[in-house]
Amino acid sequence: MRVSRLEVSANYLILAVFALIVLGPLGLILSLALGPQSASVGREGRALHWENFAEAWEIGRFGQYMLTSVTVAVVVVVASVLVSILAGYALGTMRFRGATFFFYLFLLGIMVPTEAFIVPLYFDLRLLGLTNTIWGVALPQIAMSIAFGTYWMRTYFRSASRSLMDAARLDGAGSMRILWQVLVPNARPAITTLVLLVFMWTWNEFLVPLVMSPSGEVRTAPLGLAFFQGQYTQGTALLAAGAVMVALPVVVLYIFLQRHFLKGMLEGVSAH
Amino acid sequence: MADVATVGRDSAQRSGRAASQHPGRSHRAWVPYAYLAPALVLYGLFLLVPLARAGQFSLFEWDGLGASTFVGLENYATVLQDERLRSAFGHALVLVFFYAILPLCIGLVLAAILARARVRGLGFFRTVIFLPQVIAMVVVAVTWRQIYAPDGPLNGFLRLVGLDALTTAWLGDYTWTLPAVGLIGTWVSTGLVTVLLMAGMSRVPLELYEAARLDGAGPVREFFALTLPAIRGEIAVALTLTIVAALKTFDLVYVTTGGGPGTSTTVPSYEVYRRAFELGQVGEATAIGITLTIVVFAITAAVNRIGDRS
Repeated sequence: MRVSRLEVSANYLILAVFALIVLGPLGLILSLALGPQSASVGREGRALHWENFAEAWEIGRFGQYMLTSVTVAVVVVVASVLVSILAGYALGTMRFRGATFFFYLFLLGIMVPTEAFIVPLYFDLRLLGLTNTIWGVALPQIAMSIAFGTYWMRTYFRSASRSLMDAARLDGAGSMRILWQVLVPNARPAITTLVLLVFMWTWNEFLVPLVMSPSGEVRTAPLGLAFFQGQYTQGTALLAAGAVMVALPVVVLYIFLQRHFLKGMLEGVSAH
Repeated sequence: MADVATVGRDSAQRSGRAASQHPGRSHRAWVPYAYLAPALVLYGLFLLVPLARAGQFSLFEWDGLGASTFVGLENYATVLQDERLRSAFGHALVLVFFYAILPLCIGLVLAAILARARVRGLGFFRTVIFLPQVIAMVVVAVTWRQIYAPDGPLNGFLRLVGLDALTTAWLGDYTWTLPAVGLIGTWVSTGLVTVLLMAGMSRVPLELYEAARLDGAGPVREFFALTLPAIRGEIAVALTLTIVAALKTFDLVYVTTGGGPGTSTTVPSYEVYRRAFELGQVGEATAIGITLTIVVFAITAAVNRIGDRS
């Protein structure tokens, strides 16, 4: 299509302006994180203060929070993805009574806001002694991720090659072997997308860990950051360093595997 | 484990078709249920059961510790009457404007402009504007608190360009705090909306634009006659996602304002948390949660109906 030179330049200008609007705040937090902690430190004249990260890691206890976050994320990702593959396999490739009903039941879980069930869940898990434990924080997020994961894997398995499955069946492979040796290896891109999305959602989740660990024993990184902000009102360097550390793992994954994030978040949303 | 090789035997006999036509009809009917079971158990125990329990809780008055009293629908009456809760739902609607409507307007203009001319660097641009979607909301909130700080960059910029009169404590002002929080939502969702709309517009064949232009259509008519109808589905998806995000806002308010100043930025999710875990009004908190869910479902259904009408 022919477009005037002027329009092309205008387009570049618009792109630049919007990119700057997005990058500006992120640049600000990054520069604060690398800036001096106080004016007296600033007078030493060094440009970049990497020690802020070390101090936030130790004094701000972000090291500990990040470890908790990693543990919770690994538990949630492994459990929910495994179980979603199994359920998506059943819903995507098998016919049985109630299949449609179960499908809509899982869809319900994608749409229900956490606020709707978190309160009774907290009090029931407290009775069971699961609050303030990794499991109290992980299990509700496993359930939430299963809703999306099952939907996602069902969509994939429905489109999976029939002929491949039929061939394996003729070879006498059982349903388990067809799943793990034929379907799953081919589904690797879809599973990678799911793993990344669940990891991101779990890593960034705020309400569930806030509610499920009122004593702060199981404090994930976003919570650590929120409470750090409340405690250290003077000096923003450590706070900013903490913020950068909390955001970094997902941002790095996004930069290298953005296709998966875009595909997952744009296609997965049709569930709504 | 059951054997899928034998699957469909009985149905094949009935219909006379090849077994492979019915890959799932096992003579061991429990097989699919066995695959579903682990997901159903976890999902049921930690999401469906608590959801049902929320319905039950919402009919009682309970402080979280002692005995509970059955009060029927009284908690729901409170949701409708309580001044603070009414304003919380009102604030959520204001946030819908900032999370959904404003980004949609910006996204439409942006995507339409970019669809007309294939400029270089679109991929990089897409990566950048989508970035806020993957950053933890707490990090976003901490960042914007710095920007909005009384001696922060925003006021600094206003002073620099001589607009001292406009400087204010952005997160401490009864008038400006809700829009200030809302604009953070705009910053987060505009990228998602734009990327969605760009994907939709890229599916419109270029020849259609060529033809429209040969017929003498200007950019504006081209947009309303051609582009807009083609991306109705994407608009519906974008609106659903962002409206739901707006209605569920919690982290952002919790970190930036804590609902204040006064009650000027409190939202339903924040009221759920505050009442259940700070004030010991568990029944009311669950009633708010259920009401919020109903609102979310109603709006989702309405938006999708509009999207399907195309």
